[in-house]
Amino acid sequence: MKEVVIAGVGQTPVGEHYDISLRELAYKAVEAARADAGGLHPQALYVGNMLAATLSRQGHLGTLIADFCGMTGIEASAIEGAGASGGLALRMGYLAVASGAVDTAIVVGVEKLTDQTVSNVNAAIATTTDADYEAEQGLTLTALAALLMRRYMHEFDVPQGAFGGFPITAHANGATNPNAMYQRAINPDAYLKAGMVSDPLNMFDIAPNADGAAVILLTRPEILPSKFSHPLVQITGSSVATDTLALHDRPQPLSLHAARVSIESACQQAGVSVGDIDLFELYDAYSIYPPLILEAAGLAEAGQGWQWAQNGQISLQGELPVATFGGLKARGNPGGATGVYQIVEAALQLRSQAGKNQVLDAKTALVQSLGGAASTAVTHVLQTNN
Amino acid sequence: MDIPRHWRLRKQRYALVGEVCDNCDAKLFPPRDICPDCGEEAKTLYSFSGHGEVYSYTTVYDPPVGFEESAPYTVAIVKLDEGPLVTAQLTDLEEKEVEIGMPVEMVTRKLRSATDERGMLVYGYKFRPILNASLV
Repeated sequence: MKEVVIAGVGQTPVGEHYDISLRELAYKAVEAARADAGGLHPQALYVGNMLAATLSRQGHLGTLIADFCGMTGIEASAIEGAGASGGLALRMGYLAVASGAVDTAIVVGVEKLTDQTVSNVNAAIATTTDADYEAEQGLTLTALAALLMRRYMHEFDVPQGAFGGFPITAHANGATNPNAMYQRAINPDAYLKAGMVSDPLNMFDIAPNADGAAVILLTRPEILPSKFSHPLVQITGSSVATDTLALHDRPQPLSLHAARVSIESACQQAGVSVGDIDLFELYDAYSIYPPLILEAAGLAEAGQGWQWAQNGQISLQGELPVATFGGLKARGNPGGATGVYQIVEAALQLRSQAGKNQVLDAKTALVQSLGGAASTAVTHVLQTNN
Repeated sequence: MDIPRHWRLRKQRYALVGEVCDNCDAKLFPPRDICPDCGEEAKTLYSFSGHGEVYSYTTVYDPPVGFEESAPYTVAIVKLDEGPLVTAQLTDLEEKEVEIGMPVEMVTRKLRSATDERGMLVYGYKFRPILNASLV
């Protein structure tokens, strides 16, 4: 495999973009990433998107975005894996460059979730669960997270307030991210008093569905001029793993098998252990997932992952910063774009360009996207390229 | 719509028909044709008793399209007596407080309403509390 580096990153603010279409969102982020990469011309385009065919009545996104962004003619395709779509698109770009099939690939994560009513969006997102045996029973992705959280609290005798540290940290970090949907910190009292959405999940336990686009340009270092305009970040580990699609088909629903396997594999490729990680961009669409992911990563025993959020260990100055630009919770969760946002943010950290959100001496980042109820897991390890 | 899709699932929806593995005797619901325990083919039909207990539960206040009429509704993962977990709504709760471990039994109820005038009502399994578990 050849060395793969990030030549450029771009992103739009995450939010409710009623005045910007799907293709225009993609273009804004593409333009930013190409400028960041010194005008590099990609030979292949991979789009991560979850629901454009349902919510925007638009399929065929690879060609649409290549065409609209002035790249008509190049190889282009879209890839879908629920909330992990962006991570999967990056995986495709990584494989294309690492294999030598292309010199330069562009990865576009784009999603538009605010054009439709909440019930339509909920039904569309529920298509990422088991349509015959979960969605048709009236389950939503939110309800599945709530079922996991209730069971976790029952099995490990954990109080509801134990999860608050994750959204509180995410909001604290989002407050200084100009691209975040929510740029306000929340306090522990507000968390405890928040209204229930799907008990035991309250409104602060759930990331907002949003619009957004983020872009990564990948290449090999020898393609770039020797004095490049910014430090290079290398992708040193890349792994995808799957679990059962339906939560009920797992022998131990609280054990996130795919998350664990993909972290182990990505870290092994990079030659790092999870203890070497300087920051972790993880899936915090619902507050139950960060503790389960930390347990899957081997950073906590089963039932202990929530303790990471109790005393600042996951803050920007802590032992293992997570959600450093606000995570899905405060930056917002634009579905299939989310996985690419996570990579953009981790790259900015490793380039020391994270501004007020900078993690000091960040050299190794772990980035994980999950799809459905952790049914697909995509994990990348990013490292400074010295 | 989706008439053939719902028709194909009639045995599962109305009678909790799953499969049993001829090799290791694992009971499977929903049916999946390959036994997840031993990896052998498992295509022999098996009717579940419909009895189980609540493994976890929550309430849906923000329903997807088609489920607005019943919202808020309680959904659960039920651990069937024969082993598998199944996801379903709980019904006939009245004032009863749901808790993990509560014994429940399968009943047939309307799952969703028609989303337009040409749409169809979908019926299928839900689970209700067993009022006097000792009589079962």
